[in-house]
Amino acid sequence: MSILLSSQSRVLVQGLTGREGTFHAEQMKAYGTNLVAGVSPGKGGTTHLGVPIFDTVADAKRETGADVSGIFVPAPFAADAIMEAAAAGIGLIVCITEGIPLYDMVRARAFVEDAGVELIGPNCPGLVTAGQAKVGIIPNHINREGSVGIVSRSGTLTYEVIQGLSQAGVGQTTSVGIGGDPILGLSFSEVLRLFKEDPATRAVVMIGEIGGSDEEAAAEAVIGRNFGKPVIGFISGRTAPPGKRMGHAGAIISGNTGTASSKVQALKRAGAEICDTIEEVVAAAGAAVDQPSSAAHR
Amino acid sequence: MKFLEYQVKERFRAAGIPIPDGRLARNPDEAALAAGALGSVVVKAQVPIGGRGKAGGIKLARTPVDAKRAAGEILGMTIKGYTVREVWCETAQEITRELYLGLTLDRDARKPVLILSAQGGMDIEEVAQTHPDAIAKLHPDPWRGPLAFEVRDLIFRAGLGPLQAQLTPLVTKLYALGRTYDALTIEINPLALTRDGGLVAADAKLEIDENALFRHKDLHGADESDEDPLEAEAKRRKLTYVRLEGSIGVIGNGAGLVMNTLDLVEREGGHAADFLDIGGGAKADVVHSALELLAGDPRVKGILINIFGGITRGDEVAHGIIDATRDLNLKLPLVVRMTGTREEEGRQLLKEAGIPPEAGASAAARKIVELAAAGTSRPAAAS
Repeated sequence: MSILLSSQSRVLVQGLTGREGTFHAEQMKAYGTNLVAGVSPGKGGTTHLGVPIFDTVADAKRETGADVSGIFVPAPFAADAIMEAAAAGIGLIVCITEGIPLYDMVRARAFVEDAGVELIGPNCPGLVTAGQAKVGIIPNHINREGSVGIVSRSGTLTYEVIQGLSQAGVGQTTSVGIGGDPILGLSFSEVLRLFKEDPATRAVVMIGEIGGSDEEAAAEAVIGRNFGKPVIGFISGRTAPPGKRMGHAGAIISGNTGTASSKVQALKRAGAEICDTIEEVVAAAGAAVDQPSSAAHR
Repeated sequence: MKFLEYQVKERFRAAGIPIPDGRLARNPDEAALAAGALGSVVVKAQVPIGGRGKAGGIKLARTPVDAKRAAGEILGMTIKGYTVREVWCETAQEITRELYLGLTLDRDARKPVLILSAQGGMDIEEVAQTHPDAIAKLHPDPWRGPLAFEVRDLIFRAGLGPLQAQLTPLVTKLYALGRTYDALTIEINPLALTRDGGLVAADAKLEIDENALFRHKDLHGADESDEDPLEAEAKRRKLTYVRLEGSIGVIGNGAGLVMNTLDLVEREGGHAADFLDIGGGAKADVVHSALELLAGDPRVKGILINIFGGITRGDEVAHGIIDATRDLNLKLPLVVRMTGTREEEGRQLLKEAGIPPEAGASAAARKIVELAAAGTSRPAAAS
């Protein structure tokens, strides 16, 4: 079991023939992902990486039964790509692209909601269900099957946690990078609810960062209400100054909102265990699922 | 991208949002001329940051002589790091009431939000905290924008019903302008009710989404080169850089990872000199450019590079580091931590170049803090 993505998922990639699309779709295939199609307008009828290319997502879905899309198209066209996938009825859309204009995203987000489909991202590393499938850019070799769920706003920090856990012998169910933009698809709350219902997930690692109040909302609405599984929390940007945008469009403390301490306190109140370093996260998650974690104490 | 008050007001005028008559002055004589034409004026420093009034950057001048003197005092002032090069001289208003009208993005609602308040003239975030009831919000549908009845409802909720005939078109126009310019924030604060009963934008603020600049190539905002010279140089190099106050130069890939690296440096007793994210998929030349930037900062006593490759490839980063240390003849302590996509190739290249990489982020942070404190220079790399 897992959430959102499995070996049964039929994955298409929008922007498959591009440089990044090609590199990462190859990695996705190598991981065992069931890649069934690519979409590149104007290249329909050709073949790339052994799968058929279509001009539109609707064609790809009709011909291949794709139900998940990974988006690797440039920022000016990415919101449109998201909406094309939603209109075609793709159930899970994963947008990796960074730098999408925010007004494009608020519209795409509303469109996705109306279509009743799920969006992960944008500006995210995607997701992996360990041992089954990957959509996005999380490195293949770091994942290991197990019982810890991961949800994170950061890309590279997610990799840190996955690698640390795997090296400590602690495997994962699904690792989800929800993205670093201010306007996102799935939030911490929604992904946490999915982990709550997933019998294979026995503990959850949540990697937040400064900016916004998604962490606080998840603490109050989900973690603090009979979550029933250990939640190990980590917040990056504890030493970041207010008013400065720290790389991610969404990572900014404005006024009194978005501070690390506000998030840490909300998570603690809700009963999550808060860690100061990734090494501590690994040890705590290992202890939570009661698996060997000696490597975490290097 | 931020805009100066007068730049925003020019756009307000074009969009039909009333503004006081005004003229731009680049020297005291121009300010005197403006006052001669307009009468009593307010002379206002043009800087892309709030708090001008408190800093003495806004002065009332009743005569051309006053205006000349006021401009002479304000021009050349430094306000929060920005040198004042222009003043906006506008007709002084007889204000009976100050309101607030703004459009921004509400992250939690994932929608744009129009904010209207009967308590204008102060920081709206402060009003939101002290008098949340004094603020009315409307989340327009991002596809169709605010409808007239929704705007009226907003105005009534703000307790400004008697002004609804005048306010409704203003709210609609401000929203349209914000959408046209991909505004992160567009704000009229204060929106002044004058003695004759008119509404006028006494101040104006606009910041547009950097991600949307590709469709606003014709726009020129405020000159922000006055901000920290290192930040300005980083911008020219298209690097995501934030200047901090410490002495450890930090480079990494991915915002979360770099933020965590800063936290780790702090935890080990050091202080980071910067936040520098080379982003996803960075090529060797970007790494080179990043190292060059930090090497040129005299505050930097040591550099920590923390790379976890996803879309970024270890070998590319290694090539950038090796070329830069050679080209710049870099003598500062340098600690590299590298793992992820193509880490084997990257680590091998670094080893061969005499820069043995560290395996863990905490260990790497500890090492650079030690080396920087000891003032050790890096052993010359094998060529």
